This record gives sequence, structure tokens and C-alpha cells, in this order.
Amino acid sequence: MLALFLKRGHGGGSNPFQHLEKSAVLQEARVFNETPINPRKCAHILTKILYLINQGEHLGVMEATESFFAMTKLFQSNDPTLRRMCYLTIKEMSSIAEDVIIVTSSLTKDMTGKDDNYRGPAVRALCQITDSTMLQAIERYMKQAIVDKVPSVSSSALVSSLHLLKTSYDVVKRWVNEAQEAASSDNIMVQYHALGLLYHVRKNDRLAVNKMLSKFTRHGLKSPFAYCMMIRVASKLLEEEAGQLLLSLKISMQLLLCSYEGCFRAISTLPSLIATLAITTLLKTGSESSIDRLMKQISSFMSEISDEFKVVVVQAINALCQKYPRKHAVLMNFLFTMLREEGGFEYKRAIVDCIISIIEENSESKETGLSHLCEFIEDCEFTVLATRILHLLGQEGPKTNNPSKYIRFIYNRVVLEHEEVRAGAVSALAKFGAQNEEMLPSILVLLKRCVMDDDNEVRDRATFYLNVLEQKQKALNAGYILNGLTVSIPGLERALHQYTLEPSEKPFDLKSVPLATAPNAPVAVVKQPEKVAATRQEIFQEQLGAIPEFRGLGPLFKSSPEPVALTELETEYVVRCTKHTFVSHMVFQFDCTNTLNDQILENVTVQMEPTEGYEVIGYIPAKTLVYNQPGTCYTLVALSEEDPTAVACTFSCMMKFTVKDCDPNTGETDDEGYEDEYVLEDLEVTVADHIQRVLKPNFGAAWDEVGDEYEKEETFTLSAIKTLEGEGVSELLTFLLAPFRSLTGRLLGQSCSYCDNKLAQASKTQKSIPSPMGTRLDCGRQESILHSTVSGRQTFPEAFQIPPEDLCLLQDVSFLVHPP
Amino acid sequence: MEALILEPSLYTVKAVIILDNDGERLFAKYYDGSYPSTKEQRVFEKNIFSKTQRSDSEIALLEGLTVVYRSSIDLYFYVIGSPYENELMLTAVLNCLFDSLSQMLRKNVEKRALLENMEGLFLAVDEIVDGGVVLESDPQQVVHRVAVRGEDVPLTEQTVSQVLQAAKEQIKWTLLR
Repeated sequence: MLALFLKRGHGGGSNPFQHLEKSAVLQEARVFNETPINPRKCAHILTKILYLINQGEHLGVMEATESFFAMTKLFQSNDPTLRRMCYLTIKEMSSIAEDVIIVTSSLTKDMTGKDDNYRGPAVRALCQITDSTMLQAIERYMKQAIVDKVPSVSSSALVSSLHLLKTSYDVVKRWVNEAQEAASSDNIMVQYHALGLLYHVRKNDRLAVNKMLSKFTRHGLKSPFAYCMMIRVASKLLEEEAGQLLLSLKISMQLLLCSYEGCFRAISTLPSLIATLAITTLLKTGSESSIDRLMKQISSFMSEISDEFKVVVVQAINALCQKYPRKHAVLMNFLFTMLREEGGFEYKRAIVDCIISIIEENSESKETGLSHLCEFIEDCEFTVLATRILHLLGQEGPKTNNPSKYIRFIYNRVVLEHEEVRAGAVSALAKFGAQNEEMLPSILVLLKRCVMDDDNEVRDRATFYLNVLEQKQKALNAGYILNGLTVSIPGLERALHQYTLEPSEKPFDLKSVPLATAPNAPVAVVKQPEKVAATRQEIFQEQLGAIPEFRGLGPLFKSSPEPVALTELETEYVVRCTKHTFVSHMVFQFDCTNTLNDQILENVTVQMEPTEGYEVIGYIPAKTLVYNQPGTCYTLVALSEEDPTAVACTFSCMMKFTVKDCDPNTGETDDEGYEDEYVLEDLEVTVADHIQRVLKPNFGAAWDEVGDEYEKEETFTLSAIKTLEGEGVSELLTFLLAPFRSLTGRLLGQSCSYCDNKLAQASKTQKSIPSPMGTRLDCGRQESILHSTVSGRQTFPEAFQIPPEDLCLLQDVSFLVHPP
Repeated sequence: MEALILEPSLYTVKAVIILDNDGERLFAKYYDGSYPSTKEQRVFEKNIFSKTQRSDSEIALLEGLTVVYRSSIDLYFYVIGSPYENELMLTAVLNCLFDSLSQMLRKNVEKRALLENMEGLFLAVDEIVDGGVVLESDPQQVVHRVAVRGEDVPLTEQTVSQVLQAAKEQIKWTLLR
């Protein structure tokens, strides 16, 4: 007996399995028949057999069957390792030996026995030797195993069921309920296997798969493996039936990606491009609750990727801020941490952009945002960013609760930095001075110091602002410091150029420059454009200026933003009209298209009959209208001289032309033609056509600048409006701004906190409330318009002011019409 | 796009292979019909061995298959999957196998120790991958389920009392026969 022990030596460096010979090993298997069974020895022999098979050794049917039968004796031993090795042997030999089903009862016993360690492997071995008929016999046990509490048992049963699908689909199909139950398990592998089995069973039923997908993503999946599987299922479904399922799957994917913990682990091992994409996807599909976690995870990762990827991530964060404004604190903190680290210009610029957009959207974040930005510019190497931030400080700082704290930061920049930054700082200081009376003396002192600066620009700015501020007039402050240039810069350039070419006695008139319809570029422009693109207005100006008859009209005030269609789209002749407003004239531009290929129109004009006030001066015809090639004709109309307020008018329009028949194929036309006319829809000219938007970034200052001269006070009784706040204000706005509807589309229905406050104040006093009607429309003719609308029997709006940014302040009267 | 979407399936592992320092097979289990005959398998193993022997990275695309691998002292572990398979899943399998063996061999993941514990290896792989499906990914669970009876203590290292005890057991059984 002792010899048995001595035999087991360590083989030193060599392979104990190296010189195994199949027949010798199988001979050894006879030991299995001996009792008592020596577990160690037998297990070792089994190992050797398995090793041989693993090395590719081929076993004949006879010898395999013999060994198999010998092995079955080993079930008498209760040694765990031996038993497990038996299971393995059964599995390996199941395809070679015959009559392997004799172990079925032993395996079934193990499967349902007390020893949990045996049950899982027993199930797997059993399913390997079972065929369809046998399966029905053990169906009961399989079902029990699937829903078993022990994870290894459940997993084994599920995976075995999966394998059995190939041969016994119909039987396994009946076990889906159990699999469904298993799918809600806490164990990640069980869940994975259960979902996998369910998918494989239902693979061909799209509806069932979809239901499964939405059910489990709604309840959340614990298993990363299951997630991967579900993502694949989802994408497969997407591929097959994009439209229908898109919405529900999109939601599923979002949920999947959001909660997939493994994704974070993955990020550290993936190459940076993929990791960045993973992060941005997470950010884009993030939900409010997951943001804190996301930010923590991402911050460690950011230091490893390159600048371009960082920019991508910042942009994704920007989008996230727009979606979840309440989370601004967390996101801002993150952004500032990133800002303090090393980084290139593009990267820091992206961060600053993001921060500024948060500040602009979210007033709660303003204070912290601005203080952080102040800290940043103390140490910022990029002048462009510094000037941009200074500009922002100048704009937003004075409105905060404690503006003086920003002064120190700004003034330091004047002392310490490059000239561009110093100039920007001077402008910012001036803005503070213009808006805060208490701070004005200190600002004046600071500006006086700047007058001695080395750089021209800085000195000029300081002197200019100093002079303006010392006047202490709100109007000047608003006009020169706070609101800047309202005219379009390219237009100004052109007008100045024109002025220098034609020397004149009169000083240059800024009013001859068309107004800016879009905000001018901010103080610091990153890339100077090579050529400034001409705006639509300028294009029209040039086109109209080319026509001799229109030369004497003066500068173009406004063109209607969109052409008005005067015909349906499908008619023979398609006509659209653009209205151009000049000082005392209007030009109507008609773009006409002839859609009939057997006709040519010549000498096309549009005759207009005004209802009142206007006078038709002349027509510029379109020479010919060939098939499908648009042509333009003009009609010149003068505003009424006697009644400057009669601006609204309806024109009935008729197109008059000479028709010549033409051969559609050859294009030859007849020589003879006949006169014809075509009725168009009526054209409306409203007050809106005479009003141009003026952008006033600083509403308060502009309001004060206008002064009291054009203020109108009226008292009204509100009867139909129940509440003043919110709803009342929007009704107000809708009513009063009806004439300006085309200009202020966005305006209507917007709530205005200023209005709400004023109304709330007012409503506390009395029912029928006298208060100033603060409609600042400073044009003489506007007063009379208000008269006419006000006299109607309606519920009238009450105290309000037009919300900022969209204010349409009219220019001086002289621009529009003869002075009253 | 079709090529990138793998048919959703639980069958993720094509093969698990362990080679020694000379590229000779110590263990290999192929779960699908990619390399049906032993000869083809050996050619494949030679191929992946030569390509990955000196390389430091953990993953490669060879013969149109994803191969994740890991080496330790004088052993090379490979897990093979489809080219569109999730590499992290395959790596999870690889790491689970490696960590389980590491525990079972008392951190001695080398050829000699492995050969002395082939049973443990067979059982461990059986617990990790079943027919190509990932069965378990947690090495602790695997070690627990394998539960090989205490490691072989070579005779010379056993104490005298232990040897005598074992001898007594054996004699007892013989007498009971």
C-alpha cells in the first residue's frame, strides 16, 4: 500500500503526462473495478484519459465504451473531485462511447440531491447525454433547476437548455416561464443566461423580442454581460425594422448605456478615441441623477486624452448643461477644474464658451461663474480669452449684487497685461461706471490713470470713456458705452468709403448707414474673416442702386425678410413680392416665373391700385419671361405726402404683359403677340414694413436714453383678464403688439419678469388700476396708431414694458417719414 | 453596417488554449467547428504562438479571429472569439481562468505546477466556459465550485505524523475488504 504513495513523486521539470500511451492508460482504468475505490488514484487516471483526449488522441468506440462502463463504478465513491472528474469524462466520451445513457439515473439523483456542488455539473453532464425522448422524462427536474436558488444550478440548467434548443426546440420552448423568472435574478450570470435563452427561443418573433427588451431595460439590468447582449439584440432589431421600433429602442439604449457600470471600467482600457466616444455617448444620454457620478469618473480620465478629444468632451458637457440646467453647479465645478489644468488654446476656449453659455442661460450660476472666470483671467496666457471674459464681466458684472468685487480683477488686468487685454479692461471698467452711480467716482479715478498708458488704443479708449462718463448723462452712457454700434459694420465701411470718394460739405451722417440686423461680432474675434460677407440688405441695395430710376430714393431702410407669394405654387405664373422701404418711397420687387412652356411673356409689369394714401409713380418692366426662368419687375410707389401716418394700405395687383406663343421644342416664337393680364392676390403693406429692429443689448440704458418725450400714459380697466401675472401679461403683449407681429414673432407670449413684477405691485393696490402705459414707441406717427387701436372696445393691457432684447425701438422720425 | 452587428448570441467563446514555452499544447478546448481536426488545430496554435510570443500587448486579430492572450512565466493562455466579439468579454474569460488558476496553484502559474494540477485545470475550464457559453466570470466562484481536495503535499514535505496517519487509513481499508 505504501508503494502507492511512493509512486506519486514530483516529476521534476518534466511533464508527467509526456510519455503517456493510450493503451497503457486505458489498461489502468481497470482499477476502477476494484473496491474500495481509491479516489485519488482513480481521479488521476481519469485525468490522464482526459489529457490524452485533449491532446487529440483518438479513442475507438470499443475502448471508449469499455472505459466508460468502468468509470460508472466510480459513482460509488463520494469523493467530490472524483465525482466531478466523472462528470467531465461522461461529457468527453458522450460522443464516442455507446449506451452512455445508463448513467442517467445516477446523474438525475445527483441533480436533485443535497450536495449543491454536484448539482450544477450533474445537470450539464446529463443534458449532454440526453436526447429528445429522454428529455421529456427529466423535464420536471430541468424546470426546477432553472428556477433554483443556487446560482450555479440555475446557470447550468439555463445553459444546458440553450444547447438543447438545437435538438429539442419544442421541449425547451415550454420552459420560457421558468427562464423568465430566472431573468429577474440578482446574480449577473443567471440573468445573462436567462435572457440569452429567452432571446434564442424567441428570436424569430420580433414583437416578443421587443417586449422583452423594453421590459428588462425598464427594470434595469444588473449584469454587464446581459447588457452587451441586449445592446446587440437592440441593434439587430434596429437593423431589421428601423422605423417602428426606433423610438422605444432609443429609450432602451439610453437606459442601457446610462447604467452600465462596466462601461467605466472599460474606458480605462480602450484606446483614447473610442473611450472619448464612449464618454460623449454617456454624457449625451446621461440622466439628471447620474451626472454627479459621471463627472467623478470622467475627471480622472480627462488627463489621459489629447486636446482634440477633450474639446469633444467639453462640447458634450455643454449639451448636457442645456438639458439639465439645475445641475449647473456640478458641471461648472468640473469645468473649472479642467480649466485650471494644462491645455491648449482650443481646449480652453471650448471650456470658456461652455461656461459663458451656462452663465447666460442660468442666472443662478452667474455669481459663481463670474468669480471663477475672474480667477482664471489672473493667470490666463491667451489674450483672446482674457478679453472675451473682460467683455462679459463688463456686461454682466454691473448687474450683480456686489459689482465692486470685480473691479479689482479688472483693474489688475489694466496694470499687468498686454495692450489688447488692457484695452478690454478699460472698456469693461467704463461699463461699470456707466451703470453704477456709486462706483462712478472710483471708476473715474481709475480711468484717469489709464490715460497715461503706453498704448494708443488704451489711451484713446480711456480718454473717450472718461469724457463721456464725466458728462453724467444717461443717454450718452447708453449710446456710447453700453450699446455700441448699431449699424452694420460692412455697411459702415462702404458708406465711409463712398463719403471719401465724393467730398461734401455736410458731415458724415451715420444715419445713412443701414442698421445691423444681426448682432455684430463680439469684442474679441478669434479668426478675422478674409472678406466680410455681404448681407442680404446690401445685395438688395446694390441691385436697386443699379436701376437709374431708383437712384434718387436715398438709402434703403428695410426689405421685407421673406418674399410674399401673390399666387399659388401651381399656377401658370408664379409671382412673389419683396417690399423695399425707402425714406419716402417704397419699391415692390416682383419675382415672376412663367411655368408654361408654350408661351413667352414680354414687357411684364405689375399694376397696383392702392386703397389710400400711396401714389404709384412708375413701373420698371421685366423684358421677357422665358419658360421657367424667373425675371424681375419693379413698381415704384410714393408715400403719402399729406398724411404721414397712413402707412398701412392694401394694393390690388394685376400682372400685365404681352403674350407670344412659342413652340416648346424649337423655342421659336411668333412675331405677333397679344396683350393679356393676370390677376394676383392683394398685397398688404403694414406698419411693420416701416419698422426695423434695432438691437439694444442693454435695454435699461436704451430705455432711459429715449427720455420722457415720447412717453404715453393711459388708464385702462381690465375686465376680461382674470389674473395679471403670466397669462395676463401675454394677452397684453399679444394685443398691443399685433401691428408688429411680423417683427416680433418670438416676442408674443413670452413672459417678462419685469412686467410680472410691475403688475404684481400694481395689483396690490386697486382693482381698476391706473398706471403708466410704458409703451415706448418713440415715433410721432405711432401715437396715432395707438389711438386707433385703443379706441376699440376690448380689454386693454395694462402697465407693461416690451421685454428686452427684442425691443423694437424705432429710429428717429426723419428716417421713416416726413417730420410731422 | 451588417458586418459590424454580431448576431446576438450567448455563444461567445470559440476556444480556450494553453501553450507552453515551446508552443506545445498543454490544454485546448475548441467549442465550435472552426478547426475540426487536430491537425488544423495544431497549425492554428503554432500560428498564434509565433505571432504572440514576443508581443507585449494583450489582443490580436489573427486568421480572422479575435485572440486575447496572457502569459505567465512559461505559460501562454489564449481565449479565441469571433472578430466582432466583445473583446472585454473574452478578456473577462481569460482573466477569470488565469485568476482561478492562480489561486488554485498558489500564485505559481507555471507549467510544472499546472501539470501537477491538471484536474483543477479541467474542472476550472469546465466551470468557466460551457460549450462556448460563458458560464462564470468570477474567479472566486470558480475556485469555490472546483473545490479540489487540498493540494497535493509531496511526500517529503509531509510531517511524519501525517504520513503515518495516511498509512493507517489505507491499512484500515485493506483490512476491511
